[in-house]
Amino acid sequence: MLYAVLCYHHEAEVMGWTKAQDEAVLAKRAKVQQKIAAAGKLGPVARLMPTTAATTVRSGREPVVIDGPFAETKEQLLGFYVVDCASLDEAIGFARELGHGETGALEIRPLRHFETGSRAT
Amino acid sequence: MTELAWIDAALSAARPKAVGALLRYFRDLDQAEEAFQEACLRALKTWPVNGPPRDPAAWLILVGRNVALDDVRRRSKTQVLPPEEILSDLDDAEADLAERLDSAHYRDDVLRLLFICCHPDLPAVQQIALALRIVSGLTVGEIARAFLVGEAAMEQRITRAKSRVAAAAVPFETPGAVERSERLGSVAAMIYLLFNEGYSATGGSAHVRASLCEEAIRLARLLLGLFPGEPEIMGLTALLLFQHARARARLDPDGNIVLLEDQDRALWNRDMIAEGLALVDKALRHRRPGSYQVQAAIAALHARAARPQDTDWAEIDALYATLERLQPSPVVTLNRAVAVAKLRGAEAALAMIEPLADRLSGYFHFFGAKGAFLTQLGRTEEAREAFGRAIALAHTPAEAAHIRLHLDRLMKDSRSA
Repeated sequence: MLYAVLCYHHEAEVMGWTKAQDEAVLAKRAKVQQKIAAAGKLGPVARLMPTTAATTVRSGREPVVIDGPFAETKEQLLGFYVVDCASLDEAIGFARELGHGETGALEIRPLRHFETGSRAT
Repeated sequence: MTELAWIDAALSAARPKAVGALLRYFRDLDQAEEAFQEACLRALKTWPVNGPPRDPAAWLILVGRNVALDDVRRRSKTQVLPPEEILSDLDDAEADLAERLDSAHYRDDVLRLLFICCHPDLPAVQQIALALRIVSGLTVGEIARAFLVGEAAMEQRITRAKSRVAAAAVPFETPGAVERSERLGSVAAMIYLLFNEGYSATGGSAHVRASLCEEAIRLARLLLGLFPGEPEIMGLTALLLFQHARARARLDPDGNIVLLEDQDRALWNRDMIAEGLALVDKALRHRRPGSYQVQAAIAALHARAARPQDTDWAEIDALYATLERLQPSPVVTLNRAVAVAKLRGAEAALAMIEPLADRLSGYFHFFGAKGAFLTQLGRTEEAREAFGRAIALAHTPAEAAHIRLHLDRLMKDSRSA
């Protein structure tokens, strides 16, 4: 099963990390990523720009373009991983390891449909 | 990261909202700050045990308020609630409070907190110092280092600024649309000043200055998060991101200034540039131009050019012309002249800045640019004089050293000629 592991956190907090703190988190996560990548189970990984850079298009008869993220929430979606896991337990294990020593939350969502897309990288 | 670092990051991220809400509640800045401090101390005790709350700002507001109420009760010798009881109650209360503290409320609370720092009677440096202390939560020592003054002197300045602000009595009612937009304008200007204080490097270590720029960007993002549909705030944030993206390339390892066209563009921070470009795109959709947006658009053109010779000087010239209309200033014209020099030559640029001589007679960059134009025209003697004036007006050793480099080159060229 393919799972999306969605990374949620307080954006102001994450944006407030020093460069060293940010790099430490990325380096720690990279190790976990490498392991699952080596097993051929890692799909796309993305880190999103802050929600201040977001634009929302609300569909309808007259689609409306709104500045900012879709929802004003306490924690924001800041990035995601797509991983191929044999079971939910394995996906939980991955998320646990990924978020070890951090705050914030990782939501695991099974993928219903997945396309790699046509972009080269 | 250690647990303490996590908590610290969470506390400082929650600070503007929490202090802003506590200020509305207590209507007194010192009391709001004290309550926040006290709530932070409790957070340091309970968060490592219970884990961080879902909404740190709401937690801190509630605890800060309760602690203060507790104090009142203690003073009036009535029954005191044990702190554990307050804290164990918190889960339900937190959710309830968070419901009521919707983003619209926070928006005006944070704006008010920023706005009280922008009192027109306060000199720029004091506005910035106050914002760094109250909104960002920097210690007086940190602020003093950034401004190269003693801690006691800075403490005194901040105290004085605070009493001025208290006397000004900014109203606590929800502001109307016009008032809100005026506040937004003042706050944007203060954030811009803060950034420039870090960017222009009038002193202090590079590290300290960079942290002022980062703080300004953080405040701009905070403001944009609260007012997501304001194109000028998008422009301001983008502008700061573009300028700060070049921080690593602006000085060489010896601390000498490296001009834009000589910078190693590989050192530019691509993440910041990408975010800036995204914000400019968003802002332009609104078709409500303003000076921050135009300045951001100019910076975007520099950021987009892979090599100096790829720079779209014609577009930059046009944007400066727009800026001259929106915000007439000799400094804007001086900057435009640099684009004009690239497009139509130094003669035209010189003609453009001559009328500014009176108004910019104390401005380092005026003489730096004038010297450069004169050099290009081979008017060595006049160029030397202009550079001499520039050195006399330099604020930092790096500025002076940079001009001396021009002078050395002039000397060498005239000797070899």
